Amino acid sequence: MVEVDVRGFSCPIPVVRTKKAIDENPNEIITVLVESAVSKENVSRLAQSRGYSVKVEETPGGYHLLLGPPGE
Amino acid sequence: MERAEDAGVYKLNDDLAIVQTIDFFTPIVDDPYTFGQVAVANALSDVYAMGGRPLTAMNIVCFPVKTMDISVLREILAGGLDKMREAGVILVGGHSVEDQELKYGLGVTGVIHPAKVVFNTGARVGDKLILTKPLGTGIINTALKGGMADEKAVAKSISCMVTLNRTASELMMEVDVHACTDVTGFGLLGHACEMIEGTNVGMAVYSSAVPVFPEAKEFATMGLIPAGTYGNKEFRLHMVEVATDISSDMLLILFDAQTSGGLLISVPSPGAEELLKKLHDEGIGEAAIIGEIVAQPKGKIIIK
Repeated sequence: MVEVDVRGFSCPIPVVRTKKAIDENPNEIITVLVESAVSKENVSRLAQSRGYSVKVEETPGGYHLLLGPPGE
Repeated sequence: MERAEDAGVYKLNDDLAIVQTIDFFTPIVDDPYTFGQVAVANALSDVYAMGGRPLTAMNIVCFPVKTMDISVLREILAGGLDKMREAGVILVGGHSVEDQELKYGLGVTGVIHPAKVVFNTGARVGDKLILTKPLGTGIINTALKGGMADEKAVAKSISCMVTLNRTASELMMEVDVHACTDVTGFGLLGHACEMIEGTNVGMAVYSSAVPVFPEAKEFATMGLIPAGTYGNKEFRLHMVEVATDISSDMLLILFDAQTSGGLLISVPSPGAEELLKKLHDEGIGEAAIIGEIVAQPKGKIIIK
């Protein structure tokens, strides 16, 4: 499993790093840790536009996103 | 003053009022000369939105002199000055301070006939709404920051941001208009809300008629949406009724924080088509009628 920790970064960096992780690790589940609701929304949009499923869990310091690759 | 207007107006006598505004911000494009141009087009826009003619300007500069080469500032000021020349505005002074973050903008003074000031309220039922520039510069600028915008998209967005609202304003003053504002940080719907908030009229916006950069749609889907755009939506969503077939991407584009955006003009119906034709004839090809002022629901915007 690939983890992208972009807590402390504001947009567009979370999207840029998540995209890189998706491009470099096709067909793998990717976990993304974000701080703000804006980053949660934007990373979810990116993932959905690439056909990934998105599960969001709220954590004390932000959100935990679980991105499932297309076809799983 | 009870309402938020685009600029301050002070009547000197029965024939003359001065219009004053100030605007400055951090760079939104990489090229300093272009940033200077955008900052000036953006600052002058508030005068144009009220139907005024900007005459003089003062530079405002915050510059990190210890960490940035002074040639950057020279380029910014050159871009700004060239844009002021294009607008027929004279630079009469300015002030600079040292700051950790670069910022540039202008204080502007213009003139207008006191009886001809166009406020952002005053729209009446039956008016058509004209928007003079496409939406999406906030989203494209975010994509640019993330290194994900192609040159073509950036070029289009820049060309839009450096375009003065002068011609649009002058043409607007040739017809009878009821209200006008310029679309900037609050996005189209944020500024549209200011037009009708607390008034006796409502607004219908036809989303498919709104000019939007196609790239902005693409980048919105990819999540390249600035925080300010989400903030605009959060702040004003209670005033907006959205048809079920409007996508969440499109709704965010309608709230996208614009830099140096177009004018949003409320024009009585027969004149609206005339003004639109004039705008197109003068090269403002993306201008479009995007909605109208309706009687109900009062103080709300319906997105169709």
